[in-house]
Amino acid sequence: MNAADPTVLRALAAVTAERAEDAVLSVRDLTVRFRLRGGRSVAAVSDAAFDLGAGECLALVGESGCGKSVLASALLGLLPGNAETSGTALLEGEAGAGPTDLLAADEKTLARTVRGRRVGLVPQSPAGHLTPVRTVRSQLEETVRALTGTPRRARRKAAEDAAERAAFPAGHLDRYPHELSGGLAQRAATALALIGDARLLLADEPTTGLDRELVDRTVDELRRHVDEGRGLLLITHDLAAAARIADRVAVMYAGRIVETAPAHRFFGPAGPRHPYARGLLDALPDRAFTPIPGMPPELSALPEGCAFAPRCPLATDLCATRPEPHAGVACHHPEHPRA
Amino acid sequence: MLELDTVTAGYERRAPVFRGASLTVAPGESVGLLGPSGCGKSTLARVAALLHRPDAGRLVLDGTEVRAWRHRAPRELRTAVGVVFQQPRTAADPRLTLAEIIAEPLRATGRRAEADSRVAELAPAVGLTADLLTRRPHEVSDGQLQRACLARALTLSPRWLICDEMTAMLDASTTAALVAAVETYRAETGAGLLAVGHDRVLLNRWCDRTVEWKDCLPPKETR
Repeated sequence: MNAADPTVLRALAAVTAERAEDAVLSVRDLTVRFRLRGGRSVAAVSDAAFDLGAGECLALVGESGCGKSVLASALLGLLPGNAETSGTALLEGEAGAGPTDLLAADEKTLARTVRGRRVGLVPQSPAGHLTPVRTVRSQLEETVRALTGTPRRARRKAAEDAAERAAFPAGHLDRYPHELSGGLAQRAATALALIGDARLLLADEPTTGLDRELVDRTVDELRRHVDEGRGLLLITHDLAAAARIADRVAVMYAGRIVETAPAHRFFGPAGPRHPYARGLLDALPDRAFTPIPGMPPELSALPEGCAFAPRCPLATDLCATRPEPHAGVACHHPEHPRA
Repeated sequence: MLELDTVTAGYERRAPVFRGASLTVAPGESVGLLGPSGCGKSTLARVAALLHRPDAGRLVLDGTEVRAWRHRAPRELRTAVGVVFQQPRTAADPRLTLAEIIAEPLRATGRRAEADSRVAELAPAVGLTADLLTRRPHEVSDGQLQRACLARALTLSPRWLICDEMTAMLDASTTAALVAAVETYRAETGAGLLAVGHDRVLLNRWCDRTVEWKDCLPPKETR
């Protein structure tokens, strides 16, 4: 297939439009800048755009410090005060209501109707997310009380049901967070995220520091919640975890999404088309195990053109201008599928 | 030779983390130690790095049995071993610049005069640029800080390297870059390596041989 072919492009545009229509979350031109002292600014996220459907998992991958977590925080309105956000992030409305723009919503709306209720967050470090001084049961019951209208007598049962949905063993409900293993703490945090029955789940590096077996279990459980009809935005640097459960992959580099591709193509024999995405895959120990030369640029001093050009084997003079996204890839020299 | 002979270690006398673990690394050899979370492999790495006194058993480093432990082994032995931990954030003093972090082992051993030249040698070897060296940990990414922590482990040119989940927090490209830096150092100096981790694919690719944690323990004592 020739991606520059106008009919192919029209077809791709049609698919994108259709996806946006029944998306749980539809993000356009999402840009986040942090103002620093001395008039400098950090371009943490630039012009991010993607759609996420119900029953779909989109994996947002990239090196640490590329802006992935800032994007997630922006969607939940959890950025610090010196952040300036622009663009739109439309979250599907409930039962006939219109969509909510997460970037324009005020704190009251976010706190009372969005966080926990319409967007569930599976946090990066469950140990830091759970209150150390209270048992898992007490934290689940508190969340049940805050998010649902469950009467007092039914709360115990509701908390136990929530634990069961996240495969958290009932026998451990009366334990404190420090008495849990990493995997169980992760499930406790997932159980909390599921209580509000949100249609959209944000998982920010849910597998960092877990061993491979636990990573597989954790992401398989997340996949189960996706198959029940939720949309999942999985933010991770663990490509193996992404390969295991994602339907589509978005690659982020220096604050920009440089490629969006179906997971089977991205991880399959065809491979990604952006040289950075190829480099990331080639760095895996079961592939070439060769690092991408150099390091990512500073987000406070991004080059005018393509941010990856200084590290790119294919860079030419053309790369001094910024490539616009085109058929899912933002590159002047996209590679053709290998197979 | 780095020999751990039926070592028992832990943090409470009555409830050691493991009992009777044995492991040998030959000079210049790289050994990967594989085990699940919480099995005690990090404690074993701390013992091998001479940072944690075992409750029982022998540790022999290049033919010398390590004695006179206090909390740690004596300094003249410890300087033969470089160690890199999983979490660079908790392994680096937040008040120091990256250059000072890398030079710390020289300061600690009274060789401050060599610091500048050694840092200038090591920074490019681990892929750190000059502008990063003047920053403090909160101004760099995890990957950049871990590069500095690896450089610090190499500062005293150790004959042995212990890497405890060195790359567990890092992305694929930084992982490959750090492993390449370790291997370049080993090719130049002939240093031996004990890499502890849970990623079988990574350790198989990286090391001459990998051993399972359960095979380090005596039979029947499977915790």
